[in-house]
Amino acid sequence: MNCLPKSDIRESFPILSTVFDDGKKLIYLDNAASTQKPRCVIERLKRFYESENANVSRGAHRLGNIATSEYETARDQIANFIGANPEEMIFTSGTTESINAIVYGWGEENVKKNDEIVVLVSEHHSNFIPWQQLAKRKEAFFKVVSVRRDGTLDLNEFKKAITNRTKVVAIAQVTNTFGVIHPIDEIVEIAHSKGAITVVDGAQSVPHILTNVKEMNADFLAFSGHKMLGPMGIGGLYISKKRIGEMRPFFFGGGMIDRVYNDRTKFANPPQKYEAGTPNVAGAIGLAEAVKFLKKVGMAEILDHERQLLEYSYHKLDGINGLALYGTRDLEKRVGVLSFNIEGVHPHDVATILDFQGVAIRSGHHCAQPFMRYLGIHYTARASFYFYNSVEDVDALTDAIKDVKERFS
Amino acid sequence: MEISELYADIIMDHQRNPRNYGTLEEKDVEVHTTNSSCGDEIFLEIKFDGDKISQIAFHGHGCAISKSSASIMTELVKGISKQKALELSKKFVEMVKIGKTQERELKDAVVFQGVSQYPLRTKCATLSWHALEEALKRTAV
Repeated sequence: MNCLPKSDIRESFPILSTVFDDGKKLIYLDNAASTQKPRCVIERLKRFYESENANVSRGAHRLGNIATSEYETARDQIANFIGANPEEMIFTSGTTESINAIVYGWGEENVKKNDEIVVLVSEHHSNFIPWQQLAKRKEAFFKVVSVRRDGTLDLNEFKKAITNRTKVVAIAQVTNTFGVIHPIDEIVEIAHSKGAITVVDGAQSVPHILTNVKEMNADFLAFSGHKMLGPMGIGGLYISKKRIGEMRPFFFGGGMIDRVYNDRTKFANPPQKYEAGTPNVAGAIGLAEAVKFLKKVGMAEILDHERQLLEYSYHKLDGINGLALYGTRDLEKRVGVLSFNIEGVHPHDVATILDFQGVAIRSGHHCAQPFMRYLGIHYTARASFYFYNSVEDVDALTDAIKDVKERFS
Repeated sequence: MEISELYADIIMDHQRNPRNYGTLEEKDVEVHTTNSSCGDEIFLEIKFDGDKISQIAFHGHGCAISKSSASIMTELVKGISKQKALELSKKFVEMVKIGKTQERELKDAVVFQGVSQYPLRTKCATLSWHALEEALKRTAV
């Protein structure tokens, strides 16, 4: 299967040539929500269902063997992509399930009364609510650390918040709202220095930044496949060797056992121990194909391309009266996410009017209500780039923004 | 559909100058309703005179569609009975769902017919009407 990105990379993505009924071309700028799929991923799914489909690790028949082998090869490739060993990565449906898996598999066992759980105010709800609720169940303290208004973290403030009682630090490496990159290595080091374990929400970082869990030294890293060219409903959770021994299974059923007796069960070794039930085999294989594609494009090139588009956006939009652009101006600390508001215009109206021009963006609270409340804004409009976006896409965005301003002025 | 149809002049007029916007000094009921998918919220206050809605006001934050819809709703139901207001609400919600109406009583609110083409935005148009229904339910005899 040829997965080499074409010289015009957009041609590898069938959906990007969409022209709607009204003649408007699709300008897809909602990549932080979900990315589009290259042809090779779509074809890989098709091939699986046409010639390889069977349940894994069960029967002894040929298809079962092929499916099992492809599934475990996918695990090798995806684990390798984040610098992990295959036995340290479990498949989940995505970041939300991964974080809940940490909470139910590790948190329930290890977080005790009066422990502290630390998150940032800018976390996505999926790295916020599971911890908030765990803290309530355990009578632990749920500490929400502030960030600067530009979304960046003051490491000194963060340091002060971490105490000897801090058990867990759960932080997104990149924020989904403004695309701000946090200094994750330092965060992990500070947390570990006080004996806390670290949970990294990689939903917005793994697709854009070369990730190596060993260098990062985090205890857990969660990520989603569909935000990095893969199918929906597949994602991963890296669990360090130390932590995997402290976990208990949180889903029980087929595929996760060694021996079952009337009165007890001996579980399989990780990762199978934490993957009960029939897994999303096609999803895992499709994500492995996506990872191959990303490697060929190059993670450094991806981030570099996004930065160029971001710089170009600022060049075109900066200084427009009544237009607020959120996030630090130090674009080295950003991925290709542009959150903005037009004075006097609700972002839902912005998104709808942009949609008339074929420009797809996200609007709302971005599942980060505590952060929006902290900033005193209710919501933003958000354009988010990926490597297949072009300067012309940014032109369409900026023209449409100017159109909104005129209509509502 | 064109932008100018969804964002018709009448909608733009009401979103710029919403009617009955603010709070009431005396009220019989206050309802707070939110649209969880976007975070929009509306506070609706009503003062009754017997069975009639004598005064009504709203505030909160929302998009052009939700704000103008609330504004037009308050104009429509001011001075009419609870029963009549409920009937209107049902007709409005139905119209936004199916995209058309024969109901002349809906007056300016018929401008929201086009919202049906934007399933994610229909909640914006109906938010204030649902708040109204909640207020009437709470004060039902």
